[in-house]
Amino acid sequence: MTTFTPISALLGGALIGLAASLYMLFNGKIAGVSGILADVVKPRESDRSLPLYFLGGLLLSGVIARLVFPSALPSITPSLAVGGVAGLLVGFGTRLGSGCTSGHGVCGLSRLSTRSLAATLTFMGAGVATVGVVRALGGGL
Amino acid sequence: MKSKLTALLAGLLFGGGLLISGMTNPAKVIGFLDVFGRWDPSLAFVMIGAIGVHFLALRWILALPRPLLGGAFQRPERSAIDAPLIVGAALFGVGWGLGGVCPGPGIVDAASGSGYAIVFTVAMVLGIVAQQRLLAPPARELTRA
Repeated sequence: MTTFTPISALLGGALIGLAASLYMLFNGKIAGVSGILADVVKPRESDRSLPLYFLGGLLLSGVIARLVFPSALPSITPSLAVGGVAGLLVGFGTRLGSGCTSGHGVCGLSRLSTRSLAATLTFMGAGVATVGVVRALGGGL
Repeated sequence: MKSKLTALLAGLLFGGGLLISGMTNPAKVIGFLDVFGRWDPSLAFVMIGAIGVHFLALRWILALPRPLLGGAFQRPERSAIDAPLIVGAALFGVGWGLGGVCPGPGIVDAASGSGYAIVFTVAMVLGIVAQQRLLAPPARELTRA
């Protein structure tokens, strides 16, 4: 499977933390990606330009990565059918639970929010259990 | 105009962080969740790096009267640990474990042209719309009533 890469993980993580900090410092906004996407789909406020531009930055990073950093992009993946089911669950679940890995995991935990801690422990626990079940059934990458 | 530029820059750096940390590779995310198999603890180090920087920065940022480009600081709307939070997080966790992708990496990978991530992201948007239609009260009707 994949190898442990502590240095690039810490560096990339620090960059994520910096990005979330800049979005709060300049724009006053929480960098939760599922919430940003939901605001683009159906805005809660009249002005949806900020989430739209944040989303544009994310998309731009993917386009640039294809040109200069293709090794970071998915190579071995689950099937397309699994990807579709996973996407539905992630979209529905993150909105019902008001956040994802970035909103609860990074931003919420940085605020020492017990609500975000409960969400993070729940989705990590559910993820570990799911991978365990998939493995036990002979699936997985 | 400035606020749009900083939002774009924040999104770009956020995506760069996901790419450098390896989180745009579904195999690496599934490897982290594979605690009882061949565990790859990298994702925990991504969280440590991100929270370390953001926690310290927030001490300083939230002491300011307002964001540098005006407006007000967005605060989380709810603090209760309720059933929607736990059920939603659990559903998200199952999807995360199945697909190895959460919203940020899904969007970045889709933009890179990964067919898998495009299918995931389209389905994710459908999941968001479904939640908004089925469960979220329509804001306009509330204000009219």
